[in-house]
Amino acid sequence: MPFTLYDKLWNEHLVQTDDADESLIYIDRHYLHEVTSPQAFEGLRHKKLKPWRLDANVATPDHNVPTDRGNGFDAASIKDEVAKIQVVELDKNCNSFGIHQFDITSNKQGIVHVMGPELGYTLPGMTIVCGDSHTSTHGAFGCLAMGIGTSEVEHVLATQCLKITKLKNMQVNFNGLPQRGVTSKDIVLHLIKLIGTAGGTGHAIEFSGSYISSVSMESRMTICNMAIEAGAKVGLTEVDSTTVDYVKKHANLSDSMFNKASEYWKTLKSDPDANFDKTINIDVSEIKPQVTWGTSPEMTIDFDAAIPTEEDVDDESHENLSLAKTYMGLNDSKTLQDLSFDRIFIGSCTNSRIEDLRDAASVIKGKKVSKDITEAIVVPGSGMVKAQAEEEGLDKIFVDAGFLWRDPGCSMCLGMNPDQLKPYERCASTSNRNFEGRQGNLGRTHLMSPLMAALTAINGKIIDPSS
Amino acid sequence: MTHSIISGIVATFDRDNIDTDQIIPTEYLKSIKKFGFGDFLFDGWRYLDEGRLDMTSDDRSKNHDFILNKEPFTNSEILLTRDNFGCGSSREHAVWALRDFGFKAVIASSFGDIFYNNCFKNSVLPIELTKEEIKHLFEICSTSPTSFEIDLVKKNIKFDGESCYSFNVKESLLDRIINNLDDVDITLKHKKHIEAFEKTRRNQRPWLFDYSN
Repeated sequence: MPFTLYDKLWNEHLVQTDDADESLIYIDRHYLHEVTSPQAFEGLRHKKLKPWRLDANVATPDHNVPTDRGNGFDAASIKDEVAKIQVVELDKNCNSFGIHQFDITSNKQGIVHVMGPELGYTLPGMTIVCGDSHTSTHGAFGCLAMGIGTSEVEHVLATQCLKITKLKNMQVNFNGLPQRGVTSKDIVLHLIKLIGTAGGTGHAIEFSGSYISSVSMESRMTICNMAIEAGAKVGLTEVDSTTVDYVKKHANLSDSMFNKASEYWKTLKSDPDANFDKTINIDVSEIKPQVTWGTSPEMTIDFDAAIPTEEDVDDESHENLSLAKTYMGLNDSKTLQDLSFDRIFIGSCTNSRIEDLRDAASVIKGKKVSKDITEAIVVPGSGMVKAQAEEEGLDKIFVDAGFLWRDPGCSMCLGMNPDQLKPYERCASTSNRNFEGRQGNLGRTHLMSPLMAALTAINGKIIDPSS
Repeated sequence: MTHSIISGIVATFDRDNIDTDQIIPTEYLKSIKKFGFGDFLFDGWRYLDEGRLDMTSDDRSKNHDFILNKEPFTNSEILLTRDNFGCGSSREHAVWALRDFGFKAVIASSFGDIFYNNCFKNSVLPIELTKEEIKHLFEICSTSPTSFEIDLVKKNIKFDGESCYSFNVKESLLDRIINNLDDVDITLKHKKHIEAFEKTRRNQRPWLFDYSN
């Protein structure tokens, strides 16, 4: 019987299935951060349990760490008392339970989904979970990776398993060559526009096609990262030589172990005649740079298209459209190119990897951030990305243009640390969610690629990247 | 403790894609506790000012047009909404906030997958109905405050004395709510299976164990 990649990973990790079709799936890697873990550790203490397998767990603080830390900063230096308690709590929990942590002072600390793969903690074929919905990122390595709630974090710590129901299979084929100025971010935003934020609900989405085969691990991670914005908690791509080359460079495995592992990794792809419950084919050559206009990631349009009006949507969607347009302050605007921006954010688990920073830097070299922009920040995803970018001189390009060059963290993606929008500020953001208040109370978020965000910084407005 | 009937006032939220950031904004995720989130439920819509974790509902400037600030909806136990409720962030705090406010069930035409799972860990019942059924229930609730009665054993919702819609939910998940069961306790009954599986895996895929960098 032919299997999809998701089926293969499921079968490989299946410990047990009960009568009710709920299954125990063995978890190879568990990432932890400060926000969704404290109650789980408390639960362990309450039940007098210890973590089932310590070496499966890796932790780092990322959500509420300030990004202007500089040298000598530690958890005690955090000014926000409530955030400090949470970061200190992670330190305490990792110390008392013996979990390996890259703490706030580590030069490897970073956004957990950026840090994990580059340190080789994400390996092909793993099951990976974290109390964070963007765990789907790791599916780029042919992993079964998904976000879980805090009760499940406790369950995985205590049992090394997750009790879940199998998802359906969906395949999205991206074929063709992208136009100039179109990146993986545009391609995944286009998909979300097409199928909606519930389009992948109940499914694991395998991304395939000639476009996926041709792009880097960084681009694949960007696409898998936003599977959740299409409703799918699992997004994944098959293992190929690009995957294996990345792992060889990043993982700390002996040659003999690596060779043994890569024999297995080569099998991590869907069989040619595997059955998918749903298949979508997309010609990427037709995709323009994408920008969100509203308060849901599906509210996306071509950068130069008209903002939807009531005539463009069915009756039942009038309320959603009107609420979003009012929140975003778009009632007098025809296109996104009419808008003036206040803030620029280049970062997040979607777009803070080295390739993203190179993309952004490539269009700003020798230019200056527009006077209309109040603040433009670049937040590398991890200590390693930061060091690499500095080695390549990217930091200098950003700083010379007038960007602030920050320390790693989730930053302005989620309004949980000092990097936040003020009410009504409009932000060109490379993050993943444009929900109301996501980047700060009453802030207005337009999601786009690092390239488009950098161009918006220079021009103060959205422009045609091919011009 | 078991409970098999949920009966109470229905609060309606006539919009799609209510994400977990709306259910509880990120600011309140700084808490390290599992309770005390009720005052921050739908914070951005419920209040006119910006809140902090150390504030209560009484300290805040309320949006009196918002349904949960109006009587009798301050005591709602059932939430009725449209499509894709609880999409977005995995934060279980969203369910904790609904639970702490007093909600015991959410009725929608679909749910975010992670939110749906989180509900069952906290005795909040997510009920999925068809879009047509949801439309009908909205019509019933449109004129005056309405109560529904949800029977967890018969798996139906009585909304009009006698009339009812039945719903589907996995028995084992429902059982967790009715009998207040804990997943960790259930899984640890299979400890030997897990140990055996892990031993085999360690032999077959040794590179996955004892890794550090």
